Amino acid sequence: MTYTKRPDGREMHELRPIRAEVGIIPNADGSALFASGKTVAIAAVYGPKILHPASMRNPEKGIIRCEYNMLPFSVSERARPGPSRRSKEISKVTSNALSSVVDLSRFPNSVVDVQIMILQADAGTRCAGINAASMALAHAGIVMNELVTSVSIGKIDDKIVADITKEEEDWEEGEGPTDIPFTMTSRKNDIVHLQLDGNIPTSRFKESIDASVKACNKILDYQIRALKGEKINENEGKK
Amino acid sequence: MELPNINKKKIIKLLSEGKRIDSRNPSDYREISIETDVSNKAEGSARVRIGKTEVIVGVKLDVVTPYADHPDEGTLMVGMEFSPICGERYEVGPPKINAIELSRVVDRGVRESKFIDFKKLCIKEEEKVWSIMIDVYCINDDGNVIDASSLGVVAALQLSKLPIYDEENDQVKYGELSETPIPLTKNIPLAMTFYKVGNNILFDPTRDEEDASEARITMAITSPDKDKIINSMQKGGITPISIEEMNTIIEEAEKIYDKLFPEVEKMVENLK
Repeated sequence: MTYTKRPDGREMHELRPIRAEVGIIPNADGSALFASGKTVAIAAVYGPKILHPASMRNPEKGIIRCEYNMLPFSVSERARPGPSRRSKEISKVTSNALSSVVDLSRFPNSVVDVQIMILQADAGTRCAGINAASMALAHAGIVMNELVTSVSIGKIDDKIVADITKEEEDWEEGEGPTDIPFTMTSRKNDIVHLQLDGNIPTSRFKESIDASVKACNKILDYQIRALKGEKINENEGKK
Repeated sequence: MELPNINKKKIIKLLSEGKRIDSRNPSDYREISIETDVSNKAEGSARVRIGKTEVIVGVKLDVVTPYADHPDEGTLMVGMEFSPICGERYEVGPPKINAIELSRVVDRGVRESKFIDFKKLCIKEEEKVWSIMIDVYCINDDGNVIDASSLGVVAALQLSKLPIYDEENDQVKYGELSETPIPLTKNIPLAMTFYKVGNNILFDPTRDEEDASEARITMAITSPDKDKIINSMQKGGITPISIEEMNTIIEEAEKIYDKLFPEVEKMVENLK
C-alpha cells in the first residue's frame, strides 16, 4: 500500500487545526498554550532570577533552563513521571533552540526557567512545546532577537508532509516513516534545532527544509496573533 | 569549561584562511585506527582512536522479556560515560546531560539505520529475546568523541558473537561464545559530525576546535544500494545554522562518506 492520502484527510503541506493562547498561567511571568491537532503543550516562564548554585553564574550572560515534561496521562500507556533520558534530551535541544534567539547578555548571573508540559500527545510534542515556550518567553517580555517556530516534517513512504500525527509516525508501508523535527528562527529561517529519525536520501533533504520553511512561516503567524491577545482555537465546534 | 579566547580567535582566524591549527584542511580527518579484544568478558568490543581521541566500547548480551509493543524483537541500549580519566574537565558522578544526549545520538544512528535485525534476536515471542547492551567509555577526549563512539559501536556489533543460551534452564552461559554473530543487515551506518566554527564548517575537530565551535550537526548515513540515505540527524549547540550551511554540510557528508566508509569497513573486516 502506498501512501497517497493522509489518514486525517489533510493536504500534504497542511497543518493540523491550531490552538494558541498566551497568559494561561497567572502566576508565571509569561505563559502560553500551543496545540496542533490532538497534541497539546503548555509552557510557563519564570525569571530572570538569580542562578543557583553560584558556581554556575556567568557575569557576562544568563542561561535558559528548560524542562520538558510529558505527563503520565498524556499517552495511551501511562508514562512514568519524572525525567527520562528522552525528556532530558528534549529539554536540552529545546533550551538550545530558545537560547539562540534570547539576548542572554541582558541578564548576567541569572536564569530564566522555562517549564513545558505535554498534556496530550499525538506526535510532534517537542515542536508544540517549543512553539509554546517561544510564545511564553515573548509574553514574559524576555528580550529576543526573533521568535522560534517548530514543526515536525515527515517523509511518509516517499511523500514529504508537514506536521505529522502518531498514526503517520507509525506508518510502516513502503519506505516507512521519517520524522524530522525542525525549529527555525522567524526572520531568517535559520535552523536552531534539527533532529531526524528514519530514512531520507541526501538528494531529497532540501525538500524537507523547504517544507519546514513554509510550515514555520504559517505557524509564526498564529504565534504572533496569539501574542497580540487573540485566543485562537481552530478546533472550536469540532470534536 | 571555556576555552581562553586567544585560542578561539586564532582558530577562527586560521580557518578564515582555510587553515587549521594542525595544518589539516577543513574536511580532513585525523588518522583512524580500530582494534578489538578490549575485554575477553565482553561478547564483542572495540577500541577506536581518531588522532589522540580514544574510546572503548563493550557489548554485553542478555536474555530478557521483550517490550509489549514489540513482542518479537530484541532490544538495544547504548550508554556513554565520560569519566575523569579522559580529561581534566570531567568530574565524577552519573552521566551528565551531554553524555546522555550523545549516547542517544549514537543509539539512534544504529537503530534508525535498521543495521540490527531485531526480529532475528527473538528467541520466543512475548517471552524471550536477546537484549544488546553497549557501553561506551571515553578514555581520552581530544575532540569528536561522537564519531569515534559511533564507529566503535558499529565495529563492536560486527565483532560480537552471541553467548551460548541454555534454553531449558533459562541461563546465558557467559564465557562460552557461540559462532553466531549478532544478526546484522547491510545497512551499515556511518556517523559524521560537522562543526560550525565562526563561519566555517569543519570535520573531525580537535578538543580546542570543538571548544571554539558553536553548533554541530551529526548525521548517520547508510548506503545499502546506490543512494545515500540519512537515517538520523541531530543539531547540537546554540548558534543557528543557516539553510545554505545545512546544504553545504550535506554535500560535504556525501563526499566524506565515499572516502571514509570503505576505509573503516576494511579495518573492521580485517579484525573479523
